Amino acid sequence: MDFDFAAEQPKLIQLLIGVAAFLAVVAVVLLLVDRVPMRRRAWPHATILLLPALVLLGIGLVVPAVRTTLLSFMSGDGQQWVGLDNYAWMFTQPEALTVLRNTLIWVLLVPLLVTSVGLVYAVLVDRTRFESIAKSLVFLPMAISFVGAGIIWRFVYAYRAEDQDQIGLLNQIVVSMGGEPQQWLQEPPLNTLFLIVVMIWIQAGFATVVLSAAIKGIPAEIIEAARLDGAGPLQMFFRVTLPSIRSAVIVVMVTQSIGTLKLFDIVRTMTGGQFDTSVIANEMYNQAFRYGETGKGAALAVFLFALVTPIVIYQIRQRREVR
Amino acid sequence: MTTLTQTVARAGAVTAPQRVRRRLTSRVASAVAIVIAVLWTTPTFGLLLSSLRPEDQIKSTGWWTFFSDPQLTLENYQQVLFGTSSSSGQMASFLINSVVITIPSVLLPLALATFAAYALAWLPFRGREWIYIGVFALQIVPLQMALVPLLSFFSQGVDVFGVQVLPAWDLEGPARFVQVWFAHTCFALPLGIFLIHNFMAELPGELMEAARVDGASHGTVLRKLVLPLVGPALASFGIFQFLWVWNDLLVALIFAGGTAENAPMTVRLAQMAGTKGNEWQRLTSGAFVSVIIPLIVFLSMQRYFVRGLLAGSVKG
Repeated sequence: MDFDFAAEQPKLIQLLIGVAAFLAVVAVVLLLVDRVPMRRRAWPHATILLLPALVLLGIGLVVPAVRTTLLSFMSGDGQQWVGLDNYAWMFTQPEALTVLRNTLIWVLLVPLLVTSVGLVYAVLVDRTRFESIAKSLVFLPMAISFVGAGIIWRFVYAYRAEDQDQIGLLNQIVVSMGGEPQQWLQEPPLNTLFLIVVMIWIQAGFATVVLSAAIKGIPAEIIEAARLDGAGPLQMFFRVTLPSIRSAVIVVMVTQSIGTLKLFDIVRTMTGGQFDTSVIANEMYNQAFRYGETGKGAALAVFLFALVTPIVIYQIRQRREVR
Repeated sequence: MTTLTQTVARAGAVTAPQRVRRRLTSRVASAVAIVIAVLWTTPTFGLLLSSLRPEDQIKSTGWWTFFSDPQLTLENYQQVLFGTSSSSGQMASFLINSVVITIPSVLLPLALATFAAYALAWLPFRGREWIYIGVFALQIVPLQMALVPLLSFFSQGVDVFGVQVLPAWDLEGPARFVQVWFAHTCFALPLGIFLIHNFMAELPGELMEAARVDGASHGTVLRKLVLPLVGPALASFGIFQFLWVWNDLLVALIFAGGTAENAPMTVRLAQMAGTKGNEWQRLTSGAFVSVIIPLIVFLSMQRYFVRGLLAGSVKG
């Protein structure tokens, strides 16, 4: 074992510093709040409690969001104003258009399929003996990083030439059925679909858990009444279950759309955005941090913001209604 | 109770053909459910089995050959964790980085969000509603929008019209972790404040009133009264944040750099997938090392995590 543990010590010291800083922040805030005398007015206390969070939000989110918007109207090095050039690039250049097209495919398919799989599964395992185990199995990928999931699925899609033994499960299945092994991740536009499968695999558990909780919340009387009226399983599903959990379905769809728009890791780990599989978030990273095209990267980020905003607002409205 | 007896009574009254039909459909349903469960579990199982197979076997045959020719070894893990050559994983180093990154990145937002949520839920001051709405609205800002300026904030400080207001951080070596903690803390606050605030606002107001009448300060109320009561909310947000930070690639890639000095496991795995895409013995064992800790945390705290999910999505 030639791992050098001594070399790792500075990191652990840094960790101690970090934890000490955390304790210090907590202690200082609590101490200050206790020191300020209690009067009728609450704002001195509120300031002490809120200030750290608000300062961080300002530095970490508010100012950067404004600056990114400005950067999107500037050239790559951030020196000159170029007006709408970056946006024009985004909507006219073929490589940028491919990115937009892929993002569109992702955001149309993922929420729909995740919700369908989650819903079907939640209904099927509802009130069966193995319900909790069944849900855990599907929920498990939620804990796995997108990077980890990407590697798991690269292995499933792995390709070997025809005369060799296949090591990827999918190609093995194809070969055993008499087909030819395929390079699943290298042929557009199908490869985007194979990446989407990974996202569905990760997220279906989330949908199952949320929707299953909603299904359990349907009043027993309604189900019983429908059953007395002689409703079959399908009728039951479309006439009773689905309408009753409508708001939960929308919540799942909305969270999935937001998550999908920002998706970065799967594409990066599995294809690196090659073979026409890039999406907005990945392209934004490439432009801003690899090619030094800050302006183009910023424009993509702003566009992402423009896409996410209406969905988030819709979600907020929806939440109010649920309440 | 009455509904239960009614249900039982009615179930007995089902006619014979109906019963047969129901049993048939339930059998089809179970079969479909089992197929889905198997489909969902197989890829991870394949990864685990592969990571334990000898190198030449992984590269030449599929993991299912294990059932006809079982051979297992821990060699891959040994190599990927403790090997020191640059082609091996050096995962032990990156594993430590992941731990060092995660602990403060969970603790800090948890504490700051709790303070802010308490102020927003229980302190009557002017502008409270507006601040709450503002914080909530910040969830709209996608991470991608904050990255470039935040990076330049770290590397160049702040200057306003040519006047240096804040110095550059210029962090090197282990101190670079501070950047990652800082970024993760900022990005976690909107959701954290929102979730904890929702939970806190539901606590009975009389309780706080009574304590305050007895002369307790806000600090005391927060520590002795509120903290124990919002435990479940803190736990679920804590797990959320843990999984998010541990599994994050984007923030780490930008603020931690790509070396064994600071980068977490996700960054290393992404690199290995890019450059050594065919070194399956390292990729599989490396990936398994990276997923095992969140899986353990997740399985042991699943209850809280699900509660957090439901609080965040269905109810509000």
